[in-house]
Amino acid sequence: MTLLQVRNLTIRFGHRVVVDDVSFELEAGQRLGIIGESGSGKTLTSLAVIGLLPDTAAATGSILLDGQELMGKSDREFSSIRGNRIGMVFQEPLTALNPLMRVGKQIAQPLRIHRGMRMTAAIARAAELCARVGLPDPERVVRSYPHQLSGGQRQRIGLAIALACSPSLLIADEPTTALDVTVQQDVLKLINDLVRSEGSSLIFVSHDLPVVSSMAERVAVMRSGQVVELAAVNELFGAARHEYARMLVDAARRSDDDFIRVSERGRK
Amino acid sequence: MMRRNRTLIIGVSLVGFSAAVFLLSFFWTPYDPLEINPELSLTSPSTTHWMGTDENGRDILSNVIVGSRATLITGVFAVVICMVVGVSAGIATAMSPKWLESPAIFGIDIVLALPTVLFAIVLAAVYGPSTFTAVFAIGIALSASVAQVTRREVNGILLADYVTAARASGSGKLRIVRRHVLPNLRASLFVQATGASAIAILAESTLSYLGLGTPPPDPSWGRMMASLQQYLLIDPIFPLWPGIAIVITVLGFNLLGDGLREALDPTLRRDAE
Repeated sequence: MTLLQVRNLTIRFGHRVVVDDVSFELEAGQRLGIIGESGSGKTLTSLAVIGLLPDTAAATGSILLDGQELMGKSDREFSSIRGNRIGMVFQEPLTALNPLMRVGKQIAQPLRIHRGMRMTAAIARAAELCARVGLPDPERVVRSYPHQLSGGQRQRIGLAIALACSPSLLIADEPTTALDVTVQQDVLKLINDLVRSEGSSLIFVSHDLPVVSSMAERVAVMRSGQVVELAAVNELFGAARHEYARMLVDAARRSDDDFIRVSERGRK
Repeated sequence: MMRRNRTLIIGVSLVGFSAAVFLLSFFWTPYDPLEINPELSLTSPSTTHWMGTDENGRDILSNVIVGSRATLITGVFAVVICMVVGVSAGIATAMSPKWLESPAIFGIDIVLALPTVLFAIVLAAVYGPSTFTAVFAIGIALSASVAQVTRREVNGILLADYVTAARASGSGKLRIVRRHVLPNLRASLFVQATGASAIAILAESTLSYLGLGTPPPDPSWGRMMASLQQYLLIDPIFPLWPGIAIVITVLGFNLLGDGLREALDPTLRRDAE
């Protein structure tokens, strides 16, 4: 069953076209990676899906979620979908949490908005969610402020917020770019596990091909606003058609070879 | 533990002193501030009248103590008006749609261009001088700069990632204002309110000096200064007393504002716990 259908999405800032005629589909439970360099339009594409494009951007085309048109919805109408049927995890766990609000309250927000839960019940559910995303001592965590948690813990909170209402689609925009390498793997594995167990679909945005290929079944390669290649991960590694996609694959291979060479040398 | 913040300590002490005098005025004054004593007209400070007496033989110290009421009450209510009007206008213009933004900023600029005292004189001329017109004039005139600063702060907060994240959770505009904008604005509001208090108190003193503030017989520092300065040649200390009272209060609020800014600014704060 098709969950998300993006057709001819075009985003302009004034006369500048930043996303150019992008189309893709996402089946329920499927995981799609969007990869590209900065400025390729990958983030704007994902923001368009959740209706958070900046006011200065003009978007045309069609975005269907479960057959329902999202394009042209008012901000108020879209509010009932955001955090409810579509969740989003952001790149910077440091700044994506309100520094003056206890973490528990921030996880409780989508529950209070979409489920109409009372604060005490929502906080109790927030603690369960904290446990779910692998945070130790959830009762203490819900009472702490963001600055009392590490980057990896904050990103787990971000996941708890995004998944609080069990959305059918999770958008993760470079969720591990700002994290330490040692923490990255844990968070990626967590996203993978949660998406599988929740049965959600995933749009994983990144500039890092090895990371995307570990997270997604299909990859859309974007460059200067266009999808230049849309293929299953193994197909892409086998026979990338577009020159830029091939470059990405080669670069990933080369750094992998280098890594193996260096680590072998270290072993001897 | 918080670092020693000398500005804040001095500010709190001076404002606390003024507030204590204000409270004292309701329970005790050395003499009845309105009692006229023709034989004691314009005596210099002595052991019985610490600050001397005015032209009608009224005790100056008692008048300074009671005069704190007019000044502080006007100041506080003017600040309440200016904060409520200014902050709502600031948030509203920051969150309004694009086409409404420049007319709104234009409106703020017009109010900002109004000189406080001149505005109060016009109001007093139309509605007669009273505490209420003074409060209203000062409050409205000061609200423009509060609105301007608030608008800028809110614009910054709205760009923060956590606001985008809150929208991604489905938060509507009102919820974002209540949960994210106002709490993150709080520190700046404290600083603005104390700064506005200093200006409002100074403005009230100016108005009553010009005879446009609290009408007689209720004493006020500005009017005391205006009447006592005529007797500078008899003893120059007379007009100095209400002047010192104004300086202590205004300086106190200014230092309190600076101290708060220092204490609340996260970039200056060493320990966030």
